[in-house]
Amino acid sequence: MSINATLLIQIIAFVLLIWFVNKVLWGPLSKLMEDRQKKIADGLSAAEKGKHELELAEQKAKEVLKDAKAQAQNVLSQAEKRGSEIVEDAKVKATEEAERIKAAAQAEIEQEVSRAREQLRKEVASIAVSGAEKILGKEVNAAAHNDMLEALVKQI
Amino acid sequence: MGTVEYIQHHLTNNTIGEGFWTFNMDTIIVSFLLGALIIFVSARLGKQLETGTPGGFQNFVESILDFVATNVRDAFPGHNPLIAPLALTIFIWVWLMNFMDLIPVDLLPWLFQMITGDSHAYLKVVPTTDLNTTLAMALTVFALILYFNIKIKGVGGFIKMFLFHPFGKFFIPVNIVMTFIEEISKPLSLALRLFGNMFAGELVFLLIALIGGTLAVGAAALFWAPLQVVLDLGWLIFHLLVITLQAFIFMVLTIVYLGMAHDEGH
Repeated sequence: MSINATLLIQIIAFVLLIWFVNKVLWGPLSKLMEDRQKKIADGLSAAEKGKHELELAEQKAKEVLKDAKAQAQNVLSQAEKRGSEIVEDAKVKATEEAERIKAAAQAEIEQEVSRAREQLRKEVASIAVSGAEKILGKEVNAAAHNDMLEALVKQI
Repeated sequence: MGTVEYIQHHLTNNTIGEGFWTFNMDTIIVSFLLGALIIFVSARLGKQLETGTPGGFQNFVESILDFVATNVRDAFPGHNPLIAPLALTIFIWVWLMNFMDLIPVDLLPWLFQMITGDSHAYLKVVPTTDLNTTLAMALTVFALILYFNIKIKGVGGFIKMFLFHPFGKFFIPVNIVMTFIEEISKPLSLALRLFGNMFAGELVFLLIALIGGTLAVGAAALFWAPLQVVLDLGWLIFHLLVITLQAFIFMVLTIVYLGMAHDEGH
């Protein structure tokens, strides 16, 4: 019941036990727990970072998409414009061509008409001479009546 | 065997030696065995530590460690790598030694008497009901308090603490006495609180054990034996709280005292 040498033994035991507990229990386990805490903290911050990066990437993707859409719209409108230009061009060209063809046809017709008229003129003169020869029963000197003939031809 | 003898028998240590050089073998062996149990279990646990997914027992030990570390963080200013293992050792060891109180009071002595063949062999199984154990821990803590006081404040600062605390420089004699009492009361209160609680708890267990043992004669046993069971269970459950609380108080006060020793404000 009283204080005795057991006290000394217990002090030694206590000090030794503190040393052992530090060595085999507190040391390794607290280090492990600290490591785990650090790992978890790292993981969380990495996740946070990843989330942030994802947000950035999403934003970027949106921007790129918007750009692409705008570009597509641009290309489309340009193509439309170009198309209508081509059509307009084609219309103009076609009109010109038609005009040209019409003019050529007209010219040809006129040429034909004048040629026919020329021929007719010549024929009328000869018909008139031969008619007159038949009526008069003799040869008509064409040269003598040249003036009259020319006047006749001009009337046609 | 009479009531007085029964109690005295239970409260006598199994000793070797004479006078001061008496060794309370039961106290020493039980506390050493419990210390060895801590080391053995820790060493076994240390071999299969898992960082990622700790199993059941590791979780349990980790929660104790976390509990101790939280207390150290709350009550101890600054950082000292000795405090946490010290607090942990106190908590586990004191709790285990206190726990011996919950083993039925007659079981281990009876087993011991059967083994030795000596029906009068003494065995007091709870090391914390031996003042030597509690005082040994309290004095170790006290030595640390003195060491850190001098280490942090310097010899001059330590002497100044005695001279000018708590009443200023005009009451130096009073201050010396006051501070001396204050410092001495730390290990004494640590040792006596734990010893007193455990000793009293053991005594109550002995008294409850006496109900069925010596009071019950013949038909009265039908009344006394169930009463003993009920009382014993009640006191056991209550005492489970007490032993945990006492281990916790010893730990926290150690942390606080050492924290005060580290406090340079005085």
